[in-house]
Amino acid sequence: MKRTFPLILVFIFGIIGIITFIIPHPIVQNLDESIRNDILKILVAFALVLGLGSLLKVHMDKIKRKRENWKYSWILIISFLVSSIIGLFGGVEGAGPLRTSIGSFHFDIQTLYENIFMPLGATMFALLAFYMASASYRAFRARSYEATLLLITAFIIMIGIIPLGEKISPHLPSFAQWIMTVPNVAGQRGILLGVALGIIATSLKIILGIERSWLGGGE
Amino acid sequence: MTLILLTAIFALAPPGEVRAYDTPGDRGEAITIEWQLSQDDAVLDGYEIYRSEDGVDFQKVGFLGRGRTNYEDETDDDKTYFYKVAAVSNTARTLSEPTPQVISSPQWINRTKINIFIAMFLFGGFILYFIYHARKGKELFIRKIAGLQAVDDAVGRATEMGKPILYSLGLGYVEDIATIASLNILSEVAKKCAKYDTQLICPNNRPIVYTVAREIVKEAYTEVGRPDAFDPDSVYFLTDSQFAYAAGVSGIMVREKPATNFLIGYFYAESLILAETGASTGAIQIAGTDSLAQLPFFITACDYTLIGEELYAASAYISREPLLLGAIKGEDWGKLIIGTVLIAASIVGIFTKFPILDFFR
Repeated sequence: MKRTFPLILVFIFGIIGIITFIIPHPIVQNLDESIRNDILKILVAFALVLGLGSLLKVHMDKIKRKRENWKYSWILIISFLVSSIIGLFGGVEGAGPLRTSIGSFHFDIQTLYENIFMPLGATMFALLAFYMASASYRAFRARSYEATLLLITAFIIMIGIIPLGEKISPHLPSFAQWIMTVPNVAGQRGILLGVALGIIATSLKIILGIERSWLGGGE
Repeated sequence: MTLILLTAIFALAPPGEVRAYDTPGDRGEAITIEWQLSQDDAVLDGYEIYRSEDGVDFQKVGFLGRGRTNYEDETDDDKTYFYKVAAVSNTARTLSEPTPQVISSPQWINRTKINIFIAMFLFGGFILYFIYHARKGKELFIRKIAGLQAVDDAVGRATEMGKPILYSLGLGYVEDIATIASLNILSEVAKKCAKYDTQLICPNNRPIVYTVAREIVKEAYTEVGRPDAFDPDSVYFLTDSQFAYAAGVSGIMVREKPATNFLIGYFYAESLILAETGASTGAIQIAGTDSLAQLPFFITACDYTLIGEELYAASAYISREPLLLGAIKGEDWGKLIIGTVLIAASIVGIFTKFPILDFFR
């Protein structure tokens, strides 16, 4: 029963997912929307509590056992508690019962989000430029036939899309464009075709209960 | 006399053959109005659409620029409507004749999608046919997938080095098929980890994915007879923020120095951050995604990459279960047929005037 019940649920909801594709009637569509918008949101809310619980447990355990870099776990726990208290009792823009400003200094959730969270996210995003440079260096080393081909293609594209490309040859920009729109798109469509068929096959295997790895395997 | 003359000169030709009908294949509450362009279309501002419930009092409900020939109006089901379309310029407006009454209602079948539905059924039939053959014990040949052959080596390497394995399911939601495929692979990897007593670290970005992943790993440990070896803290929720997750997982890679990193699922811009950080720590990296934009990054920075469909075949490939392998075989036959149809249609389309594309619309 432990495995049968999830399999029955997956079969029912999988079939609902398929029939909503072809049946536009509101009875079916509203049911689908209710599953996606209401039931899933409720599940997410429960799962979020479990998730945050697991995060805290992992770090509390790290502190308790004094594992490597355990002191950093305090930063997470204190940040978690402070932002939770401010968020729960201070409101999003300081409209809650908890006072979230001292003079002109504000520390409501919106301010924390805009001045701490967003810059940190932007910093990580900015690091991509450096990672891209190091990845390109590795990819473009002409060690094999494929890598050489990649290097030449990348060189043509890069030169072709800057004004210098047109000065070298008036045909270079259109050739670069052709590489992007013909061989590149052809390759992408090939992958997409395989992805689409793979999605159907995987869905079918799961709906019919042939694929059970998501249950942890077994009969 | 002058007025009549001016009207005759500046009058616009109305749009022709105006017809209104219940929009086909929809959930109701919509009527489509179609017309033929006015003969004066080139000098028009556009077309105004008028609606009436009694056929007498018409109200304007929409406007479209010149050159347009259809409009979809939002309506209430089971109510009667009449429509007129006016050709409009900055000096004149000419209304068409009213359409006959029309009622919108919801449909049970979307006929425009029936061709896709049939194709899906045919493809499903192929898969079931090969699964049936696999069930009867027929040997099925599956081509080698380097990334999946490396899974055993990757787990073995971590075991020999006494280092953990890191498994990231990406940023996809639990309903994303890439995430589901990744969860299937996680199950197989967890079984190998349990067998060789190798530590598994699985930080998650989505709360629901975390709960499912935790259960999968737990069940995998139970299945190989090592429920005691399962560490509940090995699978945990990290954060639902994209770059905080990238920072967190990169930190784990640098601190814990896993011997093997699995980056399998749906990834966005953080893919390169994770893959490059993993490469800098010297870990073997096996990546897999169906996100076209991230594939080049993984191919560049990882040792093995599962491209698109290989990701979905992984679970069957690793487990070698005949029924699952049958599904892969069916998938390959589906691709062969689609490829054949595409080549044949291209030849017909290029060398003849036969309207082959109409079959695919």
